[in-house]
Amino acid sequence: MTINIVDTVFDPFLEIHDFQTQLALNGKFGATSIFIGTMRDFNEGDEVHAMTLEHYEGMTQKQLEKIITTAKDKWTILEALIVHRIGCILPSEPIVLIAIWSAHRADAFEACRYIMEELKSNAPFWKRETLNSNQTRWVLKNTGSK
Amino acid sequence: MITITLRYFASLREQIGRSQETLMLADSINVLDVWQYVHQMPLPDNTLIAVNMEYVERMHYICDGDEVAFFPPVTGG
Repeated sequence: MTINIVDTVFDPFLEIHDFQTQLALNGKFGATSIFIGTMRDFNEGDEVHAMTLEHYEGMTQKQLEKIITTAKDKWTILEALIVHRIGCILPSEPIVLIAIWSAHRADAFEACRYIMEELKSNAPFWKRETLNSNQTRWVLKNTGSK
Repeated sequence: MITITLRYFASLREQIGRSQETLMLADSINVLDVWQYVHQMPLPDNTLIAVNMEYVERMHYICDGDEVAFFPPVTGG
């Protein structure tokens, strides 16, 4: 299990490649499920040109570890990687990466979805958007399971 | 005597005007009463509360040395 909270742009595909390369799982996994969340340039009908993400350091890691531990209880997964951005983010930049390795696809798919939804509900991150008008506003709630 | 640390995040921090403060109390009280004692106003309905980085209900009683955090709904991912 690896959780990285990063304050600079990351390449999710490179993260997956590097993580998988150092795993001692060759021949053991048959499925890798990946979710990448990317910043849009619109929200709630407005054009958004930047976003700042803050978090509760320590609690974020603790909550994400709990989420992965629960997922491991529910599904047979071999490895889990979460990378989440904080700081100033621009449209098209990745916000979050979830990657799950398992022997079979059902476990990888379901655990990946579960971890993402739980992150959305429980991990203490908050987004503040800067609109094209330069007005700023807090994002008040996450979308449901869209 | 009980000493706790209060922390505020995101829009709640901005409304309150500070991110952290220390509070000394004669006795253990629940986290909702902590909020009302310090801020003299009702806790906003959607506020989440954590003690020592774990979510708690509003009736959770504090202990000496606790870190009590108040924050709005989370919006990561």
